[in-house]
Amino acid sequence: MAGSPDTILIAPVARLIEEFSRLPGVGPKTASRLTFFLLRAPDDRAQALSEALAALKQHVRFCSRCFFIAEGELCTICSNPARDQRMICVVEEPLDVVAIERTAIYKGLYHVLHGRIAPLEGMNREDIYFDELIDRVRADPVEEVILATNPNLEGEATAFHMQRSLVPLGVRVTRLARGLPTGGDLEWADPGTLGSALEGRREL
Amino acid sequence: MRDRVYRTDAVIIRRSDFGEADRLLTIITPFGKRRVVAKGARKTSSRLAGHIELFTYTTLLLAVGRSLDIVTQSAVRRGHDILRLDLERISAAYYIAELVDRLTEEGAEDRQLFEVLIETLHALDRGSAVDLVLRWYELQVLDRIGYRPQLQECAVCEELLTEDAADFSPAAGGVVCSRCARSAAGVLAMRLPAFKLLRYLQVQPIGVLEQLTISSETRGEAERLMRAYVRTVLERDLKSVAFLEEVRTQP
Repeated sequence: MAGSPDTILIAPVARLIEEFSRLPGVGPKTASRLTFFLLRAPDDRAQALSEALAALKQHVRFCSRCFFIAEGELCTICSNPARDQRMICVVEEPLDVVAIERTAIYKGLYHVLHGRIAPLEGMNREDIYFDELIDRVRADPVEEVILATNPNLEGEATAFHMQRSLVPLGVRVTRLARGLPTGGDLEWADPGTLGSALEGRREL
Repeated sequence: MRDRVYRTDAVIIRRSDFGEADRLLTIITPFGKRRVVAKGARKTSSRLAGHIELFTYTTLLLAVGRSLDIVTQSAVRRGHDILRLDLERISAAYYIAELVDRLTEEGAEDRQLFEVLIETLHALDRGSAVDLVLRWYELQVLDRIGYRPQLQECAVCEELLTEDAADFSPAAGGVVCSRCARSAAGVLAMRLPAFKLLRYLQVQPIGVLEQLTISSETRGEAERLMRAYVRTVLERDLKSVAFLEEVRTQP
């Protein structure tokens, strides 16, 4: 069993390994490898890393409107007047904004929930920025809300829940289409995805 | 010696992120509860991801791993796709999953429990009344685990119960006769229709639910009694109950 670093490692090294292994997806082996890499690397590399870490917490916060990452009060998207103010795309995580921006198709605003409703993991409506979205739609001239939570059960449940609260506000509520991934084989598609792809088929 | 690869039917009752792109699944199989890993299942390109959704009834091919076994293939037997379109049914499925997760230990073989779980999810997907499905399920699961509530004989003195019985004591383990009710702890009042409903559901197959017409008052009472009983057995509240309450739609 891989446990805590052996006592043979002196405190500063053990401490860094410990800190690295708290990161998501990093186990004790990877943490040790990263630590020893930094130990051997030139001084300025470790320096640059520590400065980047310090700056992260000092200068970055969440946008007061959409909860995407921001340096000031508002994020770059919310403060850009060219973005379509009538559309909000709701996502689970900040990285989802990055993924959608990469398509360069969407020109509206975002709303980051920072999670999804998952009762068994103790995540309920009040643990994510759910009610903030409702308040936003009430206050701002929003015409369409695109629910872009993940296409799995938790994401769907979260979307249904939002839909229930949004529809009475008279706003158009849409959901991302589901279909087959580019480069995939039909043979391997699950029935749910294939079914949605059939229902959502389009004229060629 | 165990084979390196084996096949089993399974229902996925819990799913959490694991490592960078993997998922840790809790599954109920005829051989009991297990925890297994689905490698790379969080990537959109994963061939596995759509086949291991929560509450899916599937046939899995598993490879024996060092600590946890690894899902190599999954063929969906029932995806329960209708259930997924209805928030109230989703919340009920969460409750079903949490209850069986709390009540079972890993690796305890129980084919009948597996059947109960499959039938329950199927009924929920077919559109049977959500609350009645949950009552049936609670009674059957508790029975399998060894906490069958006493509805035929008094839970204290074991005398055959008559229709006069009007007291339910979660702590005593079920319905108590009028004499024992005076000394039993935490007794809840119970009316005859609710008593009859619970008795009926305890011994009938799930298929009967579709033919039942029961007043919402009686259904509410049966729910309160069973919820109190489940809380006593588990010594805690289930997390999914709050969600169930939140999304409930009025019948």
